[in-house]
Amino acid sequence: MKNLMNVLLGGKEGAIGLMILAIIILLLMPMFLDVFRLNLMGKYLTFAFVAVGLVLCWGHGGILSLGQGIFFGIGGYCMAMFLKLEASDMQSTAAQTTPGIPDFMDWNQVTSLPMLWEPFHSFSFTLFAIIVIPILLAFIIGFAMFTRRVGDVYFSIIMQAIVAILTILIIGQQGFTGGINGITDLKTLHDWDIRTDEAKYVLYYINALLLLAVIMISRFVLSSKLGRLLSAMRDKEERVRFSGYDVAMYKVFIFCFAAVVSSIGGAMFTLQVGFMSPTIIGIVPSIEMVILAAVGGRLSLIGAVYGAVLVNLGKTYFSEAFPELWLFLLGGLFIFVVMFLPDGLAGVYQKYVRPLFIKNKTVNGATPPPTIDSDENKEPVMKGGVK
Amino acid sequence: MDISFAEFGAIFAMQGFNGLSVFCVLLLMALGLAIIFGQMGVINMAHGEFLTIGAYTTFFISTLTENYFPQLLPYYFIIAIVAAFLTSGIIGYMVERLMISRLYQRPLDTLLATWGLSLIMQQLFRSVFGPKEVSPTLPDWLMGSYQPTESIDIPINGLFLVGVTLTVTAFVYFLIYRSRWGLQLRATNQNRFMSGAVGINTKRVDSLTFALGCGLAGIAGAAFTTIGSTGPTAGSLYIVDTFLVVVFGGAASLLGTIASAFSIAQAQSLLEFFLSGSIAKVITLATVIIILMLRPQGLFSIKVRK
Repeated sequence: MKNLMNVLLGGKEGAIGLMILAIIILLLMPMFLDVFRLNLMGKYLTFAFVAVGLVLCWGHGGILSLGQGIFFGIGGYCMAMFLKLEASDMQSTAAQTTPGIPDFMDWNQVTSLPMLWEPFHSFSFTLFAIIVIPILLAFIIGFAMFTRRVGDVYFSIIMQAIVAILTILIIGQQGFTGGINGITDLKTLHDWDIRTDEAKYVLYYINALLLLAVIMISRFVLSSKLGRLLSAMRDKEERVRFSGYDVAMYKVFIFCFAAVVSSIGGAMFTLQVGFMSPTIIGIVPSIEMVILAAVGGRLSLIGAVYGAVLVNLGKTYFSEAFPELWLFLLGGLFIFVVMFLPDGLAGVYQKYVRPLFIKNKTVNGATPPPTIDSDENKEPVMKGGVK
Repeated sequence: MDISFAEFGAIFAMQGFNGLSVFCVLLLMALGLAIIFGQMGVINMAHGEFLTIGAYTTFFISTLTENYFPQLLPYYFIIAIVAAFLTSGIIGYMVERLMISRLYQRPLDTLLATWGLSLIMQQLFRSVFGPKEVSPTLPDWLMGSYQPTESIDIPINGLFLVGVTLTVTAFVYFLIYRSRWGLQLRATNQNRFMSGAVGINTKRVDSLTFALGCGLAGIAGAAFTTIGSTGPTAGSLYIVDTFLVVVFGGAASLLGTIASAFSIAQAQSLLEFFLSGSIAKVITLATVIIILMLRPQGLFSIKVRK
């Protein structure tokens, strides 16, 4: 039992970190923020799901996916389709040429509900789809690419191209997807109005608890043998392969895991924000999701949450107050974090804050956490590497 | 179908020529990227912005000529191409010195840093040149069209673009495969330590390679102004396509880059005639990705021991 707690909470230090995070998002935020700001915070936390997924597959697995927006979008769109169908009942759509179908379909001269939409009448199917579709898609992409040993960089580029395809498809097929405006005007979930203040509180808590659960499960994954193998693969893939491990399947697993986590975030986004559109999941947002994890610290699950919240807070504030300045700041953030803070905020904590509390670094023979900077003794990772 | 066979042929030819213009911009951009990515392994997400720099340089020179040396207007475009190459190249050189050279150990991080750079550059363009799209005044001889038959209509600027592309491609080929500097470049990328040992200044080669790649994007930008207008995000529209071109062609293979730029541009342009633009693009990209999943090394690959 004690062992399990250790694994889920990450030891004493991990438990304290998780506790502080839990206190902040479960107690302090609902206490000090009004419902509008809290809802906004809930929205930021949905991006934290993606960031946690990226910590797993990028920070620990070395797979930089520039297409996490795909999976965020799958979760978001599945949920949005269900809510939209519920919002387009016969009564409220009576004025349409074809009553009973979503309004944007009617505007685009679609006269019957497309096959693809039919199963989303059922809430249990929707939940099933939110979990299973991203796993399937990630499995197909991952299996095809990792078993053929597609390099990291190629993988990133191909993921980006897949995002491009998906957004073009969504925007182009307006009658089926709502186009660039996305799926809007979502109202109720099983007759429970999701737009009331009370619903916003409930959804915020569900979101926050889910996020904490995801972090704990991720801790479990990372502390298992699989987690160690992932880090080993990231640093010396060939050696792990020659030791007899099926490197590709480990990568596929962690990629699928990151995908499903992002998808849950997407579904929670739709519930809390009340719409889903391609502008949330396109090429640019998908890369911005990477910066969330990078700012928080690509190796730190909890850091990812702070990264997601801080970057999004900055985005909201600056893009309202100084829209011109925001892109400079965001661009500068990318460059600064990559060049000077490769371990993000978590790295700053490890280096400067942690020593204040913990004098002896190697208590009980525990090794200090790995950092990105420690690759000086690495061989050049690319053929053009300067040495 | 009430289109006659001859008309169909004409449409096919014109659509094919349309594809040729797209091919030229893609290829010019991909050449630079192929050198940077294929030879050095660096992913330059700001490559599209170097195209934009080239396009704005052309616009700047065009405005300058129009206002101060109107008699030179027919010839300015040649100067503009050189200026675009130099501007993008010099900025590229500085970027390599200040940023890329510190990140060679971490290729995925270069990707993020250059993405940040592209955001800054885009906003810079917006602040300096305004969000409105601009176009240089094209010289008279670039206007009009050439009509080999009654129903075929080929714009002159497209022909000019093809000419520029051919010249630049030949130039790159000679530079990389026939010149002494190209030899140093290839040697450095095949074996950095040995190249250093035989006296090649590998850091200098890196900087110049990156600058050359960016300069080529600048030429692509100058060429781009003959077929489209330039906005702050003009270059970023092409970046995904260009990366696919390079990966699809097989990195480090000049022939592969040409072949893949050609097939992607033509496929898209011909499909666009039969289907809607977005579906044509989706089908093209999806096909490329599926082929890449089956054959990750791309169309043409050089066999190397790793």
